[in-house]
Amino acid sequence: MEKKGKMKKTTKTTLTTFGFVAVFWAVIEILTVSGHLSSKLNGLLIPVCAYMIMAISLNLVVGFLGELSLGHAAFMSAGAFAGIFFYTTAGAELPVYVSVPVSFLIGGLAAGILGVIVGVPVLRLSGDYLAIVTLASGEILKNVLCALYIGKDSEGIHMSLKDQFSLGMAPDGKMLMKGAMGITGIKKFANFSVGVVLIVITLIFVLNLMNSRAGRAITAIRDDEIAARAAGLDLTRYKMIAFVSAAVFAGFAGVLYALNYSALVADKFDYNLSINVLVMVVLGGMGNILGGMIAAIILTILPELLRGFSQYRMFIYSIVLIVMMLFNQAPAFVSWRQRLMARIRPKAAGKQDGKEEQ
Amino acid sequence: MQFLSYLVRGISLGSVYALIALGYTMVYGIAKMLNFAHGDVIMVGGYMVFFTFCKNQVPPVLAVLFAMCVCTLLGITIEKIAYKPLRGAPKLAVLITAIGVSYFLQNSAMLLWKSDPKSFTSIVSFDGVTLFDGNLQISGETIVTILVSVVIMIALMLFVKKTKPGRAMQAVSEDRGAALLMGINVNGVISMTFAIGSALAAIAGALLLSSYPTLTPTTGAMPGIKAFVAAVFGGIGSLPGAFIGGILLGVIENLSKAYISTQLADAIVFLVLIIVLLVKPTGLLGKKTTVKV
Repeated sequence: MEKKGKMKKTTKTTLTTFGFVAVFWAVIEILTVSGHLSSKLNGLLIPVCAYMIMAISLNLVVGFLGELSLGHAAFMSAGAFAGIFFYTTAGAELPVYVSVPVSFLIGGLAAGILGVIVGVPVLRLSGDYLAIVTLASGEILKNVLCALYIGKDSEGIHMSLKDQFSLGMAPDGKMLMKGAMGITGIKKFANFSVGVVLIVITLIFVLNLMNSRAGRAITAIRDDEIAARAAGLDLTRYKMIAFVSAAVFAGFAGVLYALNYSALVADKFDYNLSINVLVMVVLGGMGNILGGMIAAIILTILPELLRGFSQYRMFIYSIVLIVMMLFNQAPAFVSWRQRLMARIRPKAAGKQDGKEEQ
Repeated sequence: MQFLSYLVRGISLGSVYALIALGYTMVYGIAKMLNFAHGDVIMVGGYMVFFTFCKNQVPPVLAVLFAMCVCTLLGITIEKIAYKPLRGAPKLAVLITAIGVSYFLQNSAMLLWKSDPKSFTSIVSFDGVTLFDGNLQISGETIVTILVSVVIMIALMLFVKKTKPGRAMQAVSEDRGAALLMGINVNGVISMTFAIGSALAAIAGALLLSSYPTLTPTTGAMPGIKAFVAAVFGGIGSLPGAFIGGILLGVIENLSKAYISTQLADAIVFLVLIIVLLVKPTGLLGKKTTVKV
């Protein structure tokens, strides 16, 4: 115990976070091997991994940068569509061990590019405006993808934003993307280990980033933007680093998620999904990566396990959001909690004050 | 003539956005917060009118008044329970709470009134007019919507400029601390702002559903977001700005639906928002107007 207390706080966080992933992986593997994993739960493994990556990446923007993004699903969508488009077209002839990694790279790249496109205008704004513009970007992408038709025939690739018939394809043509119907006939590739590897890659990147100079700059911007600027930090640069990395990992999560199903539709990545991920981040504690991952696991598995709960799921989420915010952020509650802590454990309360994150 | 008919319908839709945007812009001006749940108050207002007027044949004016009372109470309650304790908390916290409230209203409606769409009967019984030898038809709903929102806009401007509570609102919006020192009941003014905004939302809900008669628990979400776009477009905090922004947005949306693509109309509306924020972050009337509520 004495030794642990002396360990650097960042090292401790890193160890517990990776330890948690290792335990999570081991538990699932043991359950699978011993045949205790129900088929229902088995089908949830990949979505759980995808949501964990989403929660970790959104934490970069909401928890560490302190800006509210309501369009995180858009990056997932961009990644999913770009990656799967490659996977079902050019990737179809390649062996799986080539096509899958390349799909991930393409998905991450596409989401990253979208992150830059959205980030450049968005990060000049702040607070409410930033939130609403990220929401708007998500809606724009969803609408465009829902209206996008792509087909391929002997003459090459046709694209249209209207309908299938305006493509003017030759009779031998094959539809690659059918507007609101999206991409169908995806050869499923669901591998839990790939999901865990992606989580680990995300964690290595995010934890290293947060413990680096750039990471400290990002949290400095969150805590006091004016002071950070006065200290000579290039705000746009650090904001972009956080925003675009979050987008890239959301893109990976999108590809992972989409590979688990045989069809991919743009409607799935809507405002509600962004809010779901936000609830995970808030419930796990903003800026707490481990908490976000645990919340992602619980919030993905719980509704499926409790029958009849799904009707109340979003209702309960909304109450969780409100109560968590009031309890953690309302000035009256915060001072009440500190008084309470001071009465119970005078020393610990003193420590708590010093650690207070926001 | 076709164009004129799209234009008039656009103005009518825009008037509804304007009514909602007035609520947004007032609350933003006074409480400096984005009330995400405002759109869902419209939905609650819509359900109130549905249960009184469409189901039980209460006269339309009474039904709308009843909806306004319910929404006013709802608005004040939301403010007291969810937003007031967070005064002085980081903006992010307030915004997330507002999203929570929005989800709470939508899902409560889903549990209480089920998610199946209800078909709304128009509260306007007047047939409308035909102009230019039958080439241009304007429905009763369109005329009533435009008239009602113009009247409300003028009444609101007079209220803010000429009456004592209105001037108190201006003062709080200008400088809350100074207003408090001048003996203005700041909490009262904030509650009043939420009350007025929510009452307007109820009217907007009744008018919106008269023209677009499908009522579901998520009916309010999209118009709410678009009205926020309208408020930003016109310059948030400015009453005439919200009105002009609303009308323009309705026209843009209807014309893009007619001439570009139905599916992409929403995308175009949001693109306009992004462009406006980049070119003129304060909106069309952001700085010029003196009325800041």
